[in-house]
Amino acid sequence: MASTPHIAVIGGGSTGTGVARDLAMRGFEVTLVEQGNLTHGTTGRMHGLLHSGGRYAVSDQASATECIEENRVLRDIASHCVELTGGLFVKRPEDSEEYFQDKLAGCEACGIPAEVISGEEARAQEPHLATDVEKAISVPDGAVDPFRLVVANGASAAEHGARIETHSKVTDLLVEDGEIVGLEVEHDSGPGLRVHGTEGGTEEIRADHVVNATGAWAGRIGDMAGLDVEVRPSKGVMTIMNIRQVDTVINRCRPKGDADIVVPHETTAILGTTDEEVDDPEDYPEEQWEVDMMIETLSELIPMLEEARTIRSFWGVRPLYEPPDVGSEDPTDITRDFFLLDHEERDAMPGMTSIVGGKFTTYRMMAEDIADHVCDRFGIDAECRTADVPLPGSDDFSVLRDYMDEFGLQSPIGRRSVERLGSRAEEVLDTDGPNPTVCGCEAVTRAEVQDAIEQSGSDLNAVRIRTRASMGNCQGGFCAHRLASELQDSYDEPTVRAAWDELLQERWKGQRHALWGEQLSQGMLNYALHATTQNRDADPADTDDSIDFAAFDDGIGGDVEASPTESGVATDGGRNGD
Amino acid sequence: MAIDSDVLVIGGGMAGIFAALSAARTGGDVRLLSYKQSTLAQASGLVDVIGYTPDGEGPVVDPFETIPELPDEHPYSTVGVDGVRDALGIFDDVADRYRGEHTASNALVPTHGGTVKPTARYPAAAAPGIASAERDTLLVGFDALVDFDAPHAAAHLEAAGVPFDVDGVTIRFPGDLNADAKVTRYAKVLDQNSDVAVDGRPRRVRDALADAVDPHLDGAERVGFPAVLGDDDPGAVRTALESALDVPVFEVPMGPPSLPGLRLEDDLYAALDAAGVSMETGNPVVGYDGDDRVAEVSIDRNGAKIPFTADQFVLATGGLVGKGLGSDRDGVREPIFDCHVPHDDDRYEWFETDAFGDHSFARFGLPTDEQLRPLDADGDAEFENLRAAGSVLGGFDFAAEKSGSGVSIATGHAAGVAAAEEAR
Repeated sequence: MASTPHIAVIGGGSTGTGVARDLAMRGFEVTLVEQGNLTHGTTGRMHGLLHSGGRYAVSDQASATECIEENRVLRDIASHCVELTGGLFVKRPEDSEEYFQDKLAGCEACGIPAEVISGEEARAQEPHLATDVEKAISVPDGAVDPFRLVVANGASAAEHGARIETHSKVTDLLVEDGEIVGLEVEHDSGPGLRVHGTEGGTEEIRADHVVNATGAWAGRIGDMAGLDVEVRPSKGVMTIMNIRQVDTVINRCRPKGDADIVVPHETTAILGTTDEEVDDPEDYPEEQWEVDMMIETLSELIPMLEEARTIRSFWGVRPLYEPPDVGSEDPTDITRDFFLLDHEERDAMPGMTSIVGGKFTTYRMMAEDIADHVCDRFGIDAECRTADVPLPGSDDFSVLRDYMDEFGLQSPIGRRSVERLGSRAEEVLDTDGPNPTVCGCEAVTRAEVQDAIEQSGSDLNAVRIRTRASMGNCQGGFCAHRLASELQDSYDEPTVRAAWDELLQERWKGQRHALWGEQLSQGMLNYALHATTQNRDADPADTDDSIDFAAFDDGIGGDVEASPTESGVATDGGRNGD
Repeated sequence: MAIDSDVLVIGGGMAGIFAALSAARTGGDVRLLSYKQSTLAQASGLVDVIGYTPDGEGPVVDPFETIPELPDEHPYSTVGVDGVRDALGIFDDVADRYRGEHTASNALVPTHGGTVKPTARYPAAAAPGIASAERDTLLVGFDALVDFDAPHAAAHLEAAGVPFDVDGVTIRFPGDLNADAKVTRYAKVLDQNSDVAVDGRPRRVRDALADAVDPHLDGAERVGFPAVLGDDDPGAVRTALESALDVPVFEVPMGPPSLPGLRLEDDLYAALDAAGVSMETGNPVVGYDGDDRVAEVSIDRNGAKIPFTADQFVLATGGLVGKGLGSDRDGVREPIFDCHVPHDDDRYEWFETDAFGDHSFARFGLPTDEQLRPLDADGDAEFENLRAAGSVLGGFDFAAEKSGSGVSIATGHAAGVAAAEEAR
């Protein structure tokens, strides 16, 4: 064994990047591999709730206690990813008073600050709440941007020497003499930044230990070494509204159920969710009734949702796990706690540890547990520092500084940029040329887009999750081609075109679930802009057939052949050329 | 007493304009009601007739050979190939600043995304840029104007196989426009040709722009700019640049807000004025009265309902984009007269999974009889005296076919003529 153990982490979600950061900060050599973009799996498909723990305060007090602890940590180390919205558990007349009281007592027992407010007070805070909401419990829920948080964890890991490989799928675990000694990965476009059209390849990554942090995909990785990791993936739908109907997280105060939360997130509000077990984390039905139920049920709390515009819906898969002897029938009964599976102890297969279950809010704590476990294994005594050292972007900085004037940005564009970039604002926004807005809906400037391109290669979806470009109302209708053009300085035309097409398809994927009313109108406009104005649907560059240009109008007979000196003169029977 | 007309046209986009124009030219008292700015500002300003068949074959060289082959439900089949020719004749008559009438063939015009697209009529300002003219080309973009990246468009055009060399260069627009200046701002600066500071000395902005482009010419036989070359006086801006650069100058059409689209709208509204059409703009039509015949429609003006009566009505309120068609989670409807809009009950049948799939929503709209009268679910005319034109019609996908303007002009013309003849 080398003096510095090399740990391979599989999975680029919150847990994987959290583990990579923690281990790298403790001095390990770390390689992280992720099959898609960072957040590709469950992390990029969550509702963005920073739990106070209130949701679990009755059913799962251990999880609730962890949530409030980590809620406090993240507000500190990830301030540029978190919005302190506060949350309400609201009670309608038909909801149980007994449960309301249990919730309140549970919050108290778990150390979650909770206060009862009247229906009037709740509506004073959130005017769109239903008039028959009787009362509410106020808790410190928040909103968190999972993309920004994971990208920051990845960046921090890299700063501490970790190698981060996205678009690199694990195809096999290397097993020698009954021990896991590494992985085989298939790079989509060669190691390093992803560039469309670059030839990929297979790489063997040998490691002193492997951490399987693939969540709902953990069973698939386990299978490669004959290990049985029984994850029970459970899907949930989330529907994104075009505006923030609420500025506070609104929870329905009842035991459990579908469609009981609205989370304000950046310019949008996200409705969630359902809980339904699926066989395959990558292939499950996305159905109309799920979206309709979100809107109808949550309209009981916020009536204006019934007629409001949604811009897309997406589904995520929870990596639920329970020890095989529990046997819950209903996925909502499965604990949200996490489990560390030491395969040496459990399966007599040393060399790998899996982490399953758990939830986004406690990702850092899970990572700490895993890192402690890895330290134990190698007899290394190193303190965890991830709860104390801020993530890149969350270092102390003054938001009060006038970045707008300094970088020539108009408010609110400047304000939004600085909110997203946090303490990285100066480094990113300080550019030589003009810094125009590329995405108008989300106020994303060229400087931010170029910064993201530097981090993620030609992958516009990776640029998107870093900047929010194309994630607003128009869903890329007005900015997809602009984003593609931003790649032009760094990549050749076929690469740019491939990245552009991929972004268009990805943006369409979620919009399909929002196609009525205003968003159908927007969808048709986008289709018309891309197909009619740009002719991207029949792009001659994409087809093998070459066009017989000579068969078309060559302008002769118009004033095209006029020489410049003549062009101001009528050559076509008296019409002026303007 | 209600304001009365022979023909009342609802909708001020391309279809409404041509309905009103053709009705007025046929004879009679014509009024046009329009609510919001038309979708012309969102269109490139190119006037497409048809560029691809419904099966995706194309680009089509001669639209008039394709039109007779279209399925029966296509609006072009309703008005017939001669109807399309007649309507384009009216367009050519009133749109002085357009070219393409000298041939039946489509032109291939460079787009701001770097492709070419087939179109039947194009602004004079775009004419020198036609892709079938084999002239080496320089495209010029401005570093703060994100909708047109000249090096990207040039590289993409080469990939599309254009028969000439094309280069792209990005320059700084002279003067100190802010980084988020709108296209109308660029146009205004060029219209005014005011002084800008170059190396501390004042210089006219058109000359300063030509100076900035000149070192990049490198033998180019034409120079293309994003479509911002003047709003009030684009001819003068182009002429000045051509004289200074000594090569033809053209504009590359862009997306919204589209100056070529707005210029066309100005010209067409001038034609409506000249034809004596009365116009009432800024208020929505909110309802109608009538049974077998439409007796009147009313607009909402600051909360007051104001009725308009007429003998004949033309509905040209646009499609999903223009809000002539509305929808909710349960269905699709035509909001003014509640005309029948065929659609699948299951909204997950309205779209395809591919972004450019054969979307059913793109063909939403009203079915009509051969008189362009909207039909109910039983196939009977909804009203004896209501005709429909433009994107409110169903049965065609204008985005895939590149047929939006042509269908609006042709069906607007046909509906306008028929309405005026019947009103007599």
